[in-house]
Amino acid sequence: MSKAVLETLSSRFPEAVKETYTFRGDDVVILDIQATVAVCTFLKFEPTLDMKLLLSVTAVDYLGETPRFEVVTNLTSLTHHHRLRLRARVTGGTPQAPIAVSVANLWRGANWWERQVWDLYGIQFEGHPDLRRLYMPEDWKGHPLRKDYPTRLRQPIVPERGIQDLIRGPGPHPGTPKLPVWKD
Amino acid sequence: MATNSTEIVPALTTNRAQAEGFLRKSISKGLGWARKNSLFQYPFATACCGMEFMSVASARYDIARFGAEFPRFTPRQADLLMVIGTVNIKQGPILRRVWEQMMEPKWVVAFGVCASSGGFYDNYAVIQGIDQIVPVDVYIPGCPPRPEQVLDGLILLQQKIANQDHRLAAR
Repeated sequence: MSKAVLETLSSRFPEAVKETYTFRGDDVVILDIQATVAVCTFLKFEPTLDMKLLLSVTAVDYLGETPRFEVVTNLTSLTHHHRLRLRARVTGGTPQAPIAVSVANLWRGANWWERQVWDLYGIQFEGHPDLRRLYMPEDWKGHPLRKDYPTRLRQPIVPERGIQDLIRGPGPHPGTPKLPVWKD
Repeated sequence: MATNSTEIVPALTTNRAQAEGFLRKSISKGLGWARKNSLFQYPFATACCGMEFMSVASARYDIARFGAEFPRFTPRQADLLMVIGTVNIKQGPILRRVWEQMMEPKWVVAFGVCASSGGFYDNYAVIQGIDQIVPVDVYIPGCPPRPEQVLDGLILLQQKIANQDHRLAAR
């Protein structure tokens, strides 16, 4: 059954589907991101596929490669009991502000997933109804799950009392490395 | 056999500083004794250490033996803030406000290693120790701490309260 899904997709969209493979029972399609809406519409409304449930939308940061980001969409069908994972490299936008394609109009559940991806990876979604940050405060600088986000950068909401060391008490410890600050 | 009047030592000292010191010490001792045995705690439980707090509070370990009987779920009625678990940056303003709403005298216990120092959550989202937000009296290590450790921490806090010093208000 799972092979049939991949074959249907690659025969229906021969130029959008770049590669298909199966990894430990998971069917994966590597997709051209410009064809996302067409492929997803087909996946949702084709009766033999019937991918009515969107499990998650997430992203991967391949730092150093171009295009850098990849959007991963996990779908499942409640009637046929098969799953599909769509991987699509984000080609739109600039490397610092990539633009992907939203599927929030197809699956309402994608709304918050895409807001999460925007919040943590900084990938904008074209066609998203309300793209705001989901987890981090609205005035947060940067996107913390990017590989080039400084690891020890802190952005506290309330001013911190500046205690660096439990034993010595207030004041910076002489051996404490200086914490990084955000640079625009 | 006339004695020199300067050699007479009075039985009772009437030195004002000494008398005030005695009064102050007695009042501090009494107040400390009263306060250490009636700690009303506010459990600010955010994470898995809250389970351990339940164990401490319930029958087997029974924190009520030490006078910390009632968890009060409003900071206005509490005088011991127990911060139990990981506090992330979005919880920071809430914690600060809860602490500000508590009435003096108030004490803070950092319960568990996450509240004490951030623990292994050395990342962008977690406050690296609640002492960055509020002053802390007792740190209880452990992930999560054993109930015995919590009781030990509570006894340490009781010692601190019992040894506190009060200034007499000048009228």
